[in-house]
Amino acid sequence: MSQSHNRGLVEDFGRWREFSAGMWAWVFHKFTGWVLIGYLFTHIAVLSSALSGDAAYTNTLQGLEQLAVVRVLEVGLLAVAVFHIFNGIRLLFIDLGVGLDLDTQEKSFYASLILTGIIVVASVPVFLEGL
Amino acid sequence: MAERYSSFSGGSTRWFLQRISAAFLVVTLAFHFLLLHFYHHAPEITFGGSAARYSVPAYFITMVLFLAAATFHGTNGVYNALVNQGITGTPKRVAKWVLVVAGVLVFVQGIRVALALMGASA
Repeated sequence: MSQSHNRGLVEDFGRWREFSAGMWAWVFHKFTGWVLIGYLFTHIAVLSSALSGDAAYTNTLQGLEQLAVVRVLEVGLLAVAVFHIFNGIRLLFIDLGVGLDLDTQEKSFYASLILTGIIVVASVPVFLEGL
Repeated sequence: MAERYSSFSGGSTRWFLQRISAAFLVVTLAFHFLLLHFYHHAPEITFGGSAARYSVPAYFITMVLFLAAATFHGTNGVYNALVNQGITGTPKRVAKWVLVVAGVLVFVQGIRVALALMGASA
């Protein structure tokens, strides 16, 4: 049967010392989700330069890509997206009843973090190319 | 039945759609990053290149479905997070309709961009 869990308020920042791996997974998934939906709105706003024509679109995108801060933020976006994907796959499996025991849940969370770290570090040269 | 650890109330259409859209986004978001950062490179993106991609019907349809899935998954995710934080009554209704309107606006604007890019190469 479905069972609800009282997680308390995330805003009680002092609680972080008590967090288990599952709580960190929950906090990271929420945080990365907020970043991704925020980025979707920003992304569509930037791409809307296409409505002003060929040059506006190309100049806007290439102008942004020339900024180092944009490239660094893109690496951050990659980290956020990759973690959300891996942890999301983990959640889908848990919803299907696979890997329900706490030990597997914790190990799959650590695996999500490690895979995210490897992919992000390996991608840094591609994202910073030509700066 | 196994104990569920999900944050969401089970058995609803939104619960199901959140997971279907998640499974679809796992593939399309990874494809989007690989295509536009590793196959093509973001600093070399041009209007002509984007228009050429959007002139391919399969790409256009995939991107429209990607936008629809991302918009639903994101706005529904924010709503679930707010409900999980305990909002009820009027704030809950306001949050719901603000998210519905924001979702519709970003989807319509995204479609306008996709049509502009598709039409440019026609």
